[in-house]
Amino acid sequence: MTASAISAKPREVRESVVIRFAGDSGDGIQLTGSQFSAASALAGNDTATFPDYPAEIRAPTGTLAGVSGFQLHFASRDILTPGDRADVLVVMNPAALAANRKWLKPNGILIANADSFQAKNLRMAGYVENPLEDGSLADYQLFQIDLSRLTNDALQGYGLSAKEVERCKNYFALGLVFWLFERNGDMVEDEIRRKFATKQLLLDANLKVFHAGWDYGENTELFALRYSVPAALDIAPGTYRSIAGNEAVALGLVAAAHKAGLDLFYGSYPITPASDILHTFAGLKEYGVRTFQAEDEIAAICAAIGAAYGNQLAVTGTSGPGIALKSEAMGLAVMTELPLVIVNVQRGGPSTGLPTKTEQADLLQVLYGRNGESPMPVLAARSAGDAFETAFEAARVAIKYRVPVVLLTDGAIANGAEPWKIPDVDSLPTIDPHLLNDVAKLDGALLLPYLREADTLARPWIKLGTPGLEHRIGGIEKWEKTGHISYDPQNHHNMVKARQAKVDAMTAEIAPTELAGAPEGDVLVVTWGSPYGAALTAVRDLQLAGRAVSHANLRWLNPLPPDLFAILQKFRVVLVPEINNGQLVKVLRAAYALDIQQYNRITGQPLTVAELRDAIVAVLPH
Amino acid sequence: MTLATDIALKPKDFATDQDPRWCPGCGDYAILNAVQRALAKQGVPPHEIATIAGIGCSSRFPYYMATYGFHTIHGRAPAVATGLKVARPDLQVWVATGDGDSLSIGGNHFIHMLRRNVDLKVLLFNNRIYGLTKGQYSPTSELGKKTKSSPQGSVDNPFLPMSLAVGAEGSFLARSIDVDAKTLADVLAAAAAHKGTALIEILQNCNIFNDGAWDHLSSKEFRADQTILLEHGKPMIFGANRDKGIRLRGLRPEVVTLGVDGVTVDDLWVHDAHDEDPTRAFLLSRMEYPAFPVPVGVLRSVQRPVYDALVNEQVTQQQATKKANLQGLLNGRSTWQVG
Repeated sequence: MTASAISAKPREVRESVVIRFAGDSGDGIQLTGSQFSAASALAGNDTATFPDYPAEIRAPTGTLAGVSGFQLHFASRDILTPGDRADVLVVMNPAALAANRKWLKPNGILIANADSFQAKNLRMAGYVENPLEDGSLADYQLFQIDLSRLTNDALQGYGLSAKEVERCKNYFALGLVFWLFERNGDMVEDEIRRKFATKQLLLDANLKVFHAGWDYGENTELFALRYSVPAALDIAPGTYRSIAGNEAVALGLVAAAHKAGLDLFYGSYPITPASDILHTFAGLKEYGVRTFQAEDEIAAICAAIGAAYGNQLAVTGTSGPGIALKSEAMGLAVMTELPLVIVNVQRGGPSTGLPTKTEQADLLQVLYGRNGESPMPVLAARSAGDAFETAFEAARVAIKYRVPVVLLTDGAIANGAEPWKIPDVDSLPTIDPHLLNDVAKLDGALLLPYLREADTLARPWIKLGTPGLEHRIGGIEKWEKTGHISYDPQNHHNMVKARQAKVDAMTAEIAPTELAGAPEGDVLVVTWGSPYGAALTAVRDLQLAGRAVSHANLRWLNPLPPDLFAILQKFRVVLVPEINNGQLVKVLRAAYALDIQQYNRITGQPLTVAELRDAIVAVLPH
Repeated sequence: MTLATDIALKPKDFATDQDPRWCPGCGDYAILNAVQRALAKQGVPPHEIATIAGIGCSSRFPYYMATYGFHTIHGRAPAVATGLKVARPDLQVWVATGDGDSLSIGGNHFIHMLRRNVDLKVLLFNNRIYGLTKGQYSPTSELGKKTKSSPQGSVDNPFLPMSLAVGAEGSFLARSIDVDAKTLADVLAAAAAHKGTALIEILQNCNIFNDGAWDHLSSKEFRADQTILLEHGKPMIFGANRDKGIRLRGLRPEVVTLGVDGVTVDDLWVHDAHDEDPTRAFLLSRMEYPAFPVPVGVLRSVQRPVYDALVNEQVTQQQATKKANLQGLLNGRSTWQVG
């Protein structure tokens, strides 16, 4: 196929393209999308993806409920988002069209599997007339392709069942779009060979269909030209791979454990969209990783706390409903001052909410959702690649300060993939777990399990099993230093202050806030988490248009960066866009008593560049 | 603190400088003494032991044990202990819990600990009442029990802890009475030697909120006739005169008197603690006062794969067959160069 990559048709060069695949959840849409992304990354494009799939594993075929989508942005420049709207939409059935048409730009390319636009499917998608025939799609460049028939034709004589033939059709579509965007198909062919290694007939059939899709593009009169998106030139040199946020979190924590010389314990209960972290860890036992699939969220964190007491790098991961269940145990970790990383892959809430959709509405929950004064550091990743570094940092400070640390990501980061510049393991900082592992280190003094270090206020992390260091901890208030039970009023006051002071001391770990743009001006956009990419892109656009707009993203949400107050004061307006009803904005207003503006859309979808541009323009002083 | 590894350990080597704060006369004192004696006899030094507890009167246990210890939160001791044991299989881990802690709020962790067969020694203090919250009925309180929260009598049907534990696949199930020092010492020793979850139900008196709850079993006057000490491989005989026994009719146990109607020792149910089939263990767990003498001793002791050992075996095996290469892991399956 590499040979047939030479095409007789003319090409048009584009700087960036957003393509969206949509079909039934059983149509292999996520696989198709990921393979196209990987090929684009290998071609040197910058990429960003957004899988948009339903909570149901297999909703009834042809229904709106069962539509699965995958959006990919690939470009010959640095990009930060999966794109607001699509240049190309590939739909496998009428329901996919009905659910995704709103994402297609005017005059965009619409490739429809015409075979599936039959009475029953049209009815299930809510169409009275066939939209391919009634002129309602006149705003788009419509390409009607009989994917099922063409796939069937290509597989004549293979002796496959009708169902097996039907399941090959996504490779026809993939072959066609590979042709349309000049992607190298070697990787897809390798993947087909790997996937069907033990099923020669299906291997041959899928390869055949993939090639047939390509050839169809080349030979049909339908497509007059191809599109080329050259390799990006403004990407930092280095070795890259594609990574999704959940995997990045797992790798960041394994790297931290390695750098600390500790084994890693991961306690978790399966929950969307965090389960891939568990899956990743389960395959990493050779790195000293133990996974505990608990009976519930509470057991997951409690077992992690037990492992932390037993001197492992302890981690528990979940999504918002799981945090609700873990809250009491999070308080226990605060009280016992043990290192623990708590990962919250946020999804739409409250209650079960929108399990597969993204949201940022758990910030106040992790900051304040516990009984008593229970301060806990909170860090948030801004993108899939950044999740590695943020996870590493969360583990590093948890160990250094002996505290539970919350790491926030969200559904968009968890499942969205982007190119990631792979760090050199040797360049990652070493973490000293600084275990108290010998009674001789006490120099004859009494063991004081709550004696604090001067700078970090950390108590000793005592190596269990050491003779002479037997001690007891627990959730009841502690005497200063000894850690014995105490109901003394003044001691409680002092301990509440000490636990807060320890979190406050962690400001020493926070890097100076990076500003994109001038250090003063009309508007500062402040983000945390996944809106980072869209906000920075919108700010860059407006800077090119001459506006005095800057952007700052916060990795640390508790404690807040010590330089932030001074930065905020240098702008006439501060705007905080979030996928919630206004949470960081509340925190900032309370911390600084400043009149800060907010922008919120809570639809389970990422914020777009266009709406943030509009939102910034709306608050620009006239 | 003790560094005694070569010299013989004494019960006081397992006692802390903290004064127990249980009510005077509480059954917990006897249990604490029995455990400290059993650990001293066992010979594992305090630094190789961890004592984990939930919440409740009995869960203060770790503060009085000179081992590593963790007083956790209500109902969660089995979960914390599971994580600790997986992380540190080199430690012997004991769990102290009560009927409210384990069978109400912590019921889920309790059954899953037993199912997994985590190598934990579990002391279930059953006093059939909530003591620390000052006297509400518990999940083992008898139907109709009048307490502060059930003035007309409890309408909750109770659990039989041993029945629940059989259903949860418990591999070691034993029972003792707080004041029965001999049996308690024996079952503690057997539990310590068991690989897997060793559950000991200790019938414990709360002299403040449920005084005399077990008098029908614990008092010298009734104990011989109203309990039966189970001994593996021996016929089930009980009674002050050792003249009564348990006979099995199919799957129905019955009390018989030796010498009456021609009944001899050969007709009695011979206790097999190692029977893989849990059916008879379940029958034992259903033997309740007053229809039957209540079984004490080891009801069931079978060998099953141990969770924490399996987890660590998989890690060891993967480490032996795969080479950990963090840079390779970060690189993943396919990479590309820029610049």
